[in-house]
Amino acid sequence: MPRSTSRRPKPLSATAALLFTALVSAAPVDAAEPTGEALYQRHCAACHGADGRGGVGVPLALPAFLRSVDDPYLRKTIRLGRPGRVMPAFSQLTDSEIGGIVAYVRHWGQYTPPKTPPPPPGDARRGASLFAARCSACHGAEGQGGHGTGVTFSRPRALAILPPALNNPGFLAAASDAQIYRTLAEGRSGTPMQSFLNQGLTPRDLADITAHVRGFGAATKPATAVAADEGPAILRESPYDRATTIDRLRSAIGAANLRLVRIQTLDQGLVPDGQEDQSQTIVYSCDFPFLNEALKIDPRVGLFLPCRITVLEHQGKVLVLAVNPKRLSPLFNNRELDQLCDRMYDTYLQIVEETVL
Amino acid sequence: MIRRSLLLVAGVLALTTTLAQADDLMFRRVTRGFPETITQVQEVIRAHGYTVSRVQRVDVGLTSSGFQTAEYRLVFYGKAEEVHALSHAHPKLAAFLPLVVIVFAEGDETLLLATNPRWLARDFPDAELRPHFAQWSRDLEAILDEASAAP
Repeated sequence: MPRSTSRRPKPLSATAALLFTALVSAAPVDAAEPTGEALYQRHCAACHGADGRGGVGVPLALPAFLRSVDDPYLRKTIRLGRPGRVMPAFSQLTDSEIGGIVAYVRHWGQYTPPKTPPPPPGDARRGASLFAARCSACHGAEGQGGHGTGVTFSRPRALAILPPALNNPGFLAAASDAQIYRTLAEGRSGTPMQSFLNQGLTPRDLADITAHVRGFGAATKPATAVAADEGPAILRESPYDRATTIDRLRSAIGAANLRLVRIQTLDQGLVPDGQEDQSQTIVYSCDFPFLNEALKIDPRVGLFLPCRITVLEHQGKVLVLAVNPKRLSPLFNNRELDQLCDRMYDTYLQIVEETVL
Repeated sequence: MIRRSLLLVAGVLALTTTLAQADDLMFRRVTRGFPETITQVQEVIRAHGYTVSRVQRVDVGLTSSGFQTAEYRLVFYGKAEEVHALSHAHPKLAAFLPLVVIVFAEGDETLLLATNPRWLARDFPDAELRPHFAQWSRDLEAILDEASAAP
């Protein structure tokens, strides 16, 4: 923001300033270095919105949010993400790039340092009772946060913002006790989070809740990469010829209560009609209620839904294969999706194994 | 307190190295409506030398089954010779071919999403495949950038 000045620059000074500016502009700089805005649009806008109004991610442009979180919190959040809660860890970005993104986010609002001192040490046991009574309805009994990806794409929003998972190791690593305390004290206007001081709690109560929330760090089981014994694809050899295998696959799809959508060659649409490679066939099927449920949890799930089973001939054998949803699930960093992927895996495995039985 | 925080940060850093990274998925927001964007995506894919093999209308399947949804399409694309050669040489890879970009509406904007093909290298370590994954990754990044930037 330009600062006002009571003294006009002398012409010579102005010329020198222009010359200096020109020299600085002409100085060799890394032209490839993207700006904070460009980095934000590339890495953040898909979830947080081009204008910071939120989407899957929290609305970063919310003034109450920006007033209450400092830059180290934003930097650590970008660097560490929220394991299991969609927000990925941006470990590929440099500190400078993360700083650029934070600076860009800050153009929507500055941090206001608190006027009160940091909270005194609290009584976590007492804080647990207060948390159960005052916080757990939104943040969950164990601080696990609200369900879903925040908001769902193109679907009704139940809340403007998803109650964050306070037990998330990424959050606990990023948020200071002072920030947690301050959020309890001041609330976040524009969200359902209201000031607990205004609701009759005392500073000591807030310190106790803060101590309880900090204790989630010791109690939370760390997320682990999903085991994927099958590798990237579920693959079985069929004892039948290709045509019989496809017939059996159709029956197995029906037995699993999926609707057959389409049968095509792998290269259909890539080569002219009539020149397709008939040794590679894809069978698409779908459980639409399940797809609808999955898209509500994470709209990115379309990367491996609807169900697709490939039958192909390879070195005299007939192979039946499907992507392994358990292998793909970690890409989405969404614990709720992990559970759905377990179900998908079971369904795919059931279909493939019944086909080759 | 400081030591505890450092330990927590170190723990989360160690954890994030075992999980997926942000660049495993390619995600772009386009400040244009769905109809223009789905057309633009296909044009850009073709401009990069690929063939669009099919546009799967997931939203149509959902709505015909009684569910409400905004536009949601899968755009499959590839190069015929490359898909043929690689799927025959590496049958497991056939489960991931042709390549796909998801295009879906969010209000008056559109989102583009794809798996970064470089991710496949973790499960398909053959040296012969590495240049393909790298090329697909570069092309896809350019495709998404151009499709999201085009007026």
